[in-house]
Amino acid sequence: MGVSGMAGKTLYDKVWDAHLVHQQEDGTVLLYIDRHLVHEVTSPQAFEGLQLAGRQPWRTSSMLAVADHNVPTTDRANGIEDPVSRLQIETLDANCEKFGVTEFKMNDLRQGIVHVIGPEQGATLPGMTVVCGDSHTSTHGAFGALAFGIGTSEVEHVMATQTLLQKKSRNMLISVDGQVGPGVTAKDIVLAIIGKIGTAGGNGYTIEFAGEAIQALSMEGRMSVCNMSIEAGARAGMVAVDRTTIEYLKNRPFSPSKEHWEQAEAAWLDLQSDDDAVFDEIVRIDAASIEPQVSWGTSPEMVTSVNGYVPDPQADEFEAKREGYSRALEYMDLAAATPITEIKLDRVFIGSCTNSRIEDLRAAAAVIKERKVATSIKQALVVPGSGLVKQQAEKEGLDKVFLDAGFEWREPGCSMCLAMNADRLEAGERCASTSNRNFEGRQGQGGRTHLVSPAMAAAAAIAGHFVDVRSF
Amino acid sequence: MKEFTKLTGLAVPLLRANVDTDAIIPKQFLKSIKRSGFGVNLFDEWRYKDAGFPGQDSASRQPNPDFVLNKPRYAGAQVLIAGENFGCGSSREHAVWALDDYGFRTVIAPGFADIFNNNSFKSGLLPVVLDKHIVEQLGEECEAVEGYSLAIDLQEQTVTTPSNEVFKFEVDEFRKHCLLNGFDDIELTLQQRFRIEEYEVKRRQSAPWLFNTSS
Repeated sequence: MGVSGMAGKTLYDKVWDAHLVHQQEDGTVLLYIDRHLVHEVTSPQAFEGLQLAGRQPWRTSSMLAVADHNVPTTDRANGIEDPVSRLQIETLDANCEKFGVTEFKMNDLRQGIVHVIGPEQGATLPGMTVVCGDSHTSTHGAFGALAFGIGTSEVEHVMATQTLLQKKSRNMLISVDGQVGPGVTAKDIVLAIIGKIGTAGGNGYTIEFAGEAIQALSMEGRMSVCNMSIEAGARAGMVAVDRTTIEYLKNRPFSPSKEHWEQAEAAWLDLQSDDDAVFDEIVRIDAASIEPQVSWGTSPEMVTSVNGYVPDPQADEFEAKREGYSRALEYMDLAAATPITEIKLDRVFIGSCTNSRIEDLRAAAAVIKERKVATSIKQALVVPGSGLVKQQAEKEGLDKVFLDAGFEWREPGCSMCLAMNADRLEAGERCASTSNRNFEGRQGQGGRTHLVSPAMAAAAAIAGHFVDVRSF
Repeated sequence: MKEFTKLTGLAVPLLRANVDTDAIIPKQFLKSIKRSGFGVNLFDEWRYKDAGFPGQDSASRQPNPDFVLNKPRYAGAQVLIAGENFGCGSSREHAVWALDDYGFRTVIAPGFADIFNNNSFKSGLLPVVLDKHIVEQLGEECEAVEGYSLAIDLQEQTVTTPSNEVFKFEVDEFRKHCLLNGFDDIELTLQQRFRIEEYEVKRRQSAPWLFNTSS
């Protein structure tokens, strides 16, 4: 409860307040940053700026670096073929070496997607401020951390000062009430939320995801939900700390030592919104109403149930969105009123910072077991989120399940989520993808992306078209 | 940081909603380790008919004559009139660098994605928010009148049309101050070094585990 006469604090308020270094009269705040995750694409210009100004990083122990966007997912024994990608990764290696930043290099078992390895290592902890030059930094909010993406100028600012100049966002609560049905996953929850509030719905807000259906999720599920906060327009999404959070963090390399564990745990358990906290906006969603989701357009808000239809832009209800919808259907080469289950795929991608963790791979493998990828599918790809995820999956024999079915089993990285490496769609190809963005050209110029959960992607690979995984 | 005070510049309308940073600068160009040179690939997939890749000879490209930036009347535009939620998606500051490198100094839209908005101020590109119907009006006028220029005055927080219609816009005071003076944020922050150090001393006591390194 809050102090008498004052409203209580939200989870966001608490983490924000704990990181105030200074507040100016106009409300601009100097916010302390605990953890700075670094990757090869958005850091070279920041390191260069630091060097040109003759500055040193403020606290290198706050930094953890990894190359993920550009790395090849095929055999890495011969290094990186693309000279431009190679230079970017060599630049990260050189910068980390020069400034003494901990880096998991490409052939380190711990290498992987930055938003997978942070939590996996215990480098993301409750109550922290976590930043990275990547919009999907929102992922780490699953731990009751305040985590958000920044641009390269801010990357340099954090390196040099351990702080950011920020204005506080407003508070939004999204409560997913009740329980989801069988076969409905964290990914379906977050896609349904984005479908409801839109890609700009969270602009200017930090979202707290709450409610029975969120509490019931594993940490990996919560990460998938928070990951896509940015697709709802919010820089940060958060989930309150509970026993699930604390159990996950035990015995991870960067987690608090024995000496500090009890003190940390006590502090973490306070990381939830007070009962009388005030939110600027509250959205309630009935979990039981959520069905497996499939995106049909070129924005994550263009999403519907697997049992739904491609919308008709000419319908009266879509008047305000007609132009955008028409353009999206043209790009996606879809006719209005097509049943989602009649959409045929060319490729399937299971991976990305949204869905490449061990539970995602288990869910996909459970659907695939003893079945074969449809002959009409040109390529079905599984890209684990980290070397450790890959190792665990292999220990469980999941690699064999995928390989026997006709999937390719790759090395960890961002891969076909954004196609900066060699994994990409050709123009006109259609992909069922467990990633987070279905923008035009995202997975390759002219490529067409449908966002789905890992189980739905696996089922689509077997059937060759979308199917309701609940009756598959 | 590059300063912004006043500008009168040729405007170009691109009123689609949700123009994302992948559209502004496609991913293959993010492999560069430089801050400059992105302008030639701004809106690459809309602007050219052939596929773009890093290091290409730009003279060999096939421009898409239907894309608005390729219309001769908009050559040299400095003001982009854009749709809702401009700059959504990835945090890549390369999107701002590409707009800037192309020659844009300001984007006028009914709203911007948060990270893009931040990045713009950091790189001297002024994001101006005006009501949706005003932005649409500017877009229509711009299409109707060849050589349509807008005057943007940051100090006065105004956008003035060729027919002298004036629209006020809101801007964060601190950011306005920094942009008008071209202040270096990092230098400003380092003037408060003692405050950061004080904070760290307290924080190390109250939450020592945050300063652990890997065990």
